[in-house]
Amino acid sequence: MRAGWSIAFAGITRREALRFANQRERFLAALVRPLVWLFIFAAGFRSVLGLSITPPYQTYVLYEVYVTPGLCGMILLFSGMQSSLSMVYDRETGAMRTLLVSPYPRWFLLGSKLVASVLVSVLQVYAFLVIAWFWGVEAPLVGYVTVLPALILAGIMLGSLGLLISSAIRQLENFAGVMNFVIFPMFFASTALYPLWRMRDSSILLHDICAYNPFTHAVELIRFALYGQFNPLAFAVVTGCTLVFFGATIFMYDPAKGLWRGRRGGAQ
Amino acid sequence: MTEERGGASTGSEPVGMRPPALAVEKVSHRFGRFQALRDVSFTVERGAFAALLGVNGAGKTTLFSLITRLYDSTSGRIEVAGFDARRQPGEALARLGVVFQSKALDGDLTLRQNLGYHAALHGIGGRAARVRIAEVLALVGLAERGGLKVNALSGGQQRRAEIARALLHRPELLLLDEATAGLDLRSRAEVQALVRRLIAEEGVSTLWATHVFDEVDPADEVVILHRGAVIAVGVAAEIAGSGTLAERFLAMTGETAEAIAG
Repeated sequence: MRAGWSIAFAGITRREALRFANQRERFLAALVRPLVWLFIFAAGFRSVLGLSITPPYQTYVLYEVYVTPGLCGMILLFSGMQSSLSMVYDRETGAMRTLLVSPYPRWFLLGSKLVASVLVSVLQVYAFLVIAWFWGVEAPLVGYVTVLPALILAGIMLGSLGLLISSAIRQLENFAGVMNFVIFPMFFASTALYPLWRMRDSSILLHDICAYNPFTHAVELIRFALYGQFNPLAFAVVTGCTLVFFGATIFMYDPAKGLWRGRRGGAQ
Repeated sequence: MTEERGGASTGSEPVGMRPPALAVEKVSHRFGRFQALRDVSFTVERGAFAALLGVNGAGKTTLFSLITRLYDSTSGRIEVAGFDARRQPGEALARLGVVFQSKALDGDLTLRQNLGYHAALHGIGGRAARVRIAEVLALVGLAERGGLKVNALSGGQQRRAEIARALLHRPELLLLDEATAGLDLRSRAEVQALVRRLIAEEGVSTLWATHVFDEVDPADEVVILHRGAVIAVGVAAEIAGSGTLAERFLAMTGETAEAIAG
């Protein structure tokens, strides 16, 4: 059985990759979104927003440079929510059920699916970073290596949040609902677009919300890693949230409790 | 032949032999106040084709969900090839092949890619997977179609492909939930003939859930489920008596003919 685990994981990853290769439109859409922010929004904001020197930056940076790690987070956030929602649709079809009747434990199956879809979205982030490079957003070369584990960890956190949301709240099965109630609040109330100290100027409450938002820490983890630095607080928060979100998801998918219990007809 | 709690589906109990392919013992399940299953018991012997017959809402899907561990049974015991579905879920699931009512194959991927994925879910990879995929495709008569996208297959071919998928890991018990739903008459007959042939060739036991009374042969083992309870177990011809199975069912339940028409 042990050897089978790696076969199962490889099979799940291969399927994600094949589906990804079949959906080039989705890839482009996922790339266009952050690029619009980078090319248009950031250019417009550049003159409005002054940034002081905050770590990990050692000099004044252009707004484009500041916003790039946030936009990496945005890609992970969108695709994390999207792939989790696709798991809900899978539940409607037989695809989810066949995954769950595999003899491997559910935490392993769900985890494999999660990691596989994160790997695919990390590719999208790198494609974005390449384009940003030509746009003049250049991080130190080593940063492109050190950012990889940060992207994977942040992606897993956001993906397991998506899984949890999609398993817990049936009303959020359409993407518009998730956009309004999850993606937008998480994205805007974070350090993706403006640094924390800027928030404090306008509202203490907003500052506190941003400081507690897990997405803020995902973005900061990526931001520091992109400059070859390690942010222990962000790492701790992201790791802790991943464990909580994923643990709760496993609970929801446990046949004895959570999701399927008390729901007539289950996945019909 | 109407048994209160139908113990065994066949008259002869094999003694000292391998455990039955499926043993369901006093299984009850409720969703809130709704009693979906009440004291359901029956067995599917090795190499048997057993039909689980019942109108929509009888509890067939609930029972399948319990056997496949989609959710936990609240009481009673389910054993697949002797393995308790609750205590040894991995062992039980490894011996189970399931064809769900809804489509499980990915339409945008080729048949072979799909089967590769599902083989991997059962820990079969590399050469072993390629060999087995060729085998199951030949079994269901789709050997030439492996390179096609699933969406390019006809409805009947897709059903056969689903059966091929369920057979990849050589299960001892095949569960089919309304496997012919949405198919035309010819494809229905083909799928039925295929499953019956598989029992003979692969030695797999089958539990075939359906609401179509015509899909049951007189010689088939039948478990009739009605409003969550087993109301008859035995050979179809014996349950039917002098009339047809459908007539007997209506007489037993007091349902109208419309109930079994759909």
